[in-house]
Amino acid sequence: MTSQNPRQAIGLIASREIVTRLRSKAFRIATGASVLILIGIAVVAKLAGGSPSYLDVGLTPGAVPLTGVVASTAGSIHVDLRTREVDDSAGRGQVRDGKLDALLIGDATSIQVVVKTDLDDGLRSVLQLVAQRAALDQQVRALGGDPARVAAGISAATVTVTPLVPPKKTNSEQLAVGIITSVLIYMALLLNGQAVAQGVVEEKTSRVVEILLATVRPWQLMIGKVLGLGVVGLIQVSVIALAGVAAGVATGSLHLHATAAFSTIAWLIAWFLLGYIAYSLAFAAVASLVSRQEEVAAAVTPVLMLLIVGYVIGISILPANPDSGFVAVLSLIPIFSPTLMPVRLALGVVPAWQAAVSLAGIIAVIPLLLWFSARVYSNAVLRSGARVRLRDAWRAG
Amino acid sequence: MTRQLEIDQVSKRYGDIVALHGITFQVRAGEIFGLVGSNGAGKTTAMRIVLGVLAADAGAVRWDGRAIDLDVRRRIGYMPEERGLYPRMKVAEQLVYLARLHGMSAAEARASVNVWTERLAIAGRRDDDVIKLSLGNQQRVQLASALVHDPEILVLDEPFSGLDPVAVDVMSAVLRDQARAGVPVMFSSHQLDLVERLCDRVGIVRQGRMVAAGTVDELRAGGRDELIVGAPAAPPGWAGGLAGVTVIDQSGGHTRLALAEGADDQAILRAALATGPVHEFTRSRPSLTDLFRDIVGADPADTEGEAA
Repeated sequence: MTSQNPRQAIGLIASREIVTRLRSKAFRIATGASVLILIGIAVVAKLAGGSPSYLDVGLTPGAVPLTGVVASTAGSIHVDLRTREVDDSAGRGQVRDGKLDALLIGDATSIQVVVKTDLDDGLRSVLQLVAQRAALDQQVRALGGDPARVAAGISAATVTVTPLVPPKKTNSEQLAVGIITSVLIYMALLLNGQAVAQGVVEEKTSRVVEILLATVRPWQLMIGKVLGLGVVGLIQVSVIALAGVAAGVATGSLHLHATAAFSTIAWLIAWFLLGYIAYSLAFAAVASLVSRQEEVAAAVTPVLMLLIVGYVIGISILPANPDSGFVAVLSLIPIFSPTLMPVRLALGVVPAWQAAVSLAGIIAVIPLLLWFSARVYSNAVLRSGARVRLRDAWRAG
Repeated sequence: MTRQLEIDQVSKRYGDIVALHGITFQVRAGEIFGLVGSNGAGKTTAMRIVLGVLAADAGAVRWDGRAIDLDVRRRIGYMPEERGLYPRMKVAEQLVYLARLHGMSAAEARASVNVWTERLAIAGRRDDDVIKLSLGNQQRVQLASALVHDPEILVLDEPFSGLDPVAVDVMSAVLRDQARAGVPVMFSSHQLDLVERLCDRVGIVRQGRMVAAGTVDELRAGGRDELIVGAPAAPPGWAGGLAGVTVIDQSGGHTRLALAEGADDQAILRAALATGPVHEFTRSRPSLTDLFRDIVGADPADTEGEAA
């Protein structure tokens, strides 16, 4: 038999956690379901966003000369429409059946439209412009001018826009990625943090902790557990994030640049790791205070609340207001940075210095949490029975 | 000199409650030492301190003359009073894991698990989750977990509680083998007949102190001898006049006598025969239970329920 250094003990403890967790049915289901949901979102986004939304417009033989001007006017104001020639009665039938959105009758001088119930706003604007143009051309001709030159002059006129505030760089795709990031990191911290809490209490409930502590130190047991479950969590988050991005790119619903996609995933993983270490240490400490699985929920509530508050603030403010100064400030505070910073990073609204400050903050907090949690855990983990008060666990040496 | 596990002047208090009051005793290599005492006497606390699971307020625990450190503790086989195993982990995996935590290599651990699961007749359950085993088999796994890393010292808290008679025999045989192999074996129990049968030496703990320690014979020294005489025709008071004899009880044709040192039992027999036929003439040495009752002043069985 050989003597053993702490690293080997921690390694053994961590590997046990990894094997046990990878085998757990609940874990596999959660991971599989997350991947499926993300693929589902990508597919739905593709179907919803990608389906063509043309307006079908029929023209009776008398109105056919308008085809060119209607099409060009529609193009100039970004209304997608397709035109085809139909005779009057067949056209009215198709409008009634919904196969045509509108039927133009009459002639070039007086435009008349037949619709089922309402005229589409875009089409109304197009036809309004066509009618005005016809009237204008008539007047120009009556005054002896050249309608074509007037038209050219009009189309050359432009408006120069000077924004006082730079426009938001966030597009809807980034927004979607941001929201998904927010949900994903919250779920990952929640599930893996709670796995740590449950593992700590399981060892207390089953009393196996006393056998373990006869051969390893309490802090080794705690760190081994946190590390082991962290490795599994890391694999889980990486798989889900990569699957999500891959699904988005494969379905064509995501047009992120490769570097943007990579940096989003990299930040997500980095923040998961940091957030996980910080939160799981806190979870381990509060869980060590109780001895029964029924008490875990109550014990972890204070820590859970911090996680939830960050998530709720992020998900309720950021989509509408990515530049929120309030959220920016919160995202620099180590308690909230794990749930808020990766979302803001995905939205592309974080100046470099803020990213650096929040990273430095959480990296500075982790050793403090480690010290605090190891002390509470060591003092509380062998006290079975009634819930140990945090203050007592901290004081008892 | 034989190596020994020394518990030297160890004290421990929980708040206002003094659990151990300078308890001192030794367990020699190759002997089985039984620790008896009422609940709350401090047996479990003493064992947890030996294992380093609890820290003593004062005193020292030494093995072979040197203070016990984590390296030595890793070579102790421990069975805590509150049994503990991962319920949803396979028997063999769990034992391999524990053996490796105690410093064995993976191959050594697997070999040792095979040996002990065979020996304790749980080899067929190696791939079952612990929770699926009967309580008796879980106890065997628990014992295996204390033995699997080939310990140098054994510390077992109530190893016999909850065992069926067959398992008690298996456990007793294992403890004897270990002692024969030179391991100091220390265990606590409320089953005093078992302790008397199995242990080389016994320590009686009362209120955090070791009040008596030695072989059962040594503990008897100074205690009284008793004689039971089955003479149905003997009248009351027949033995009253004999030198060094006190009548404890006479009923149903049996008389219990206490003999002072040097009392002549042949004179008693002659007196008994003089009253008529004698069917029984038995010298009764006090059992450990009697000694315990005398020393501690309470029947351990009265309080055993709490520990279960």
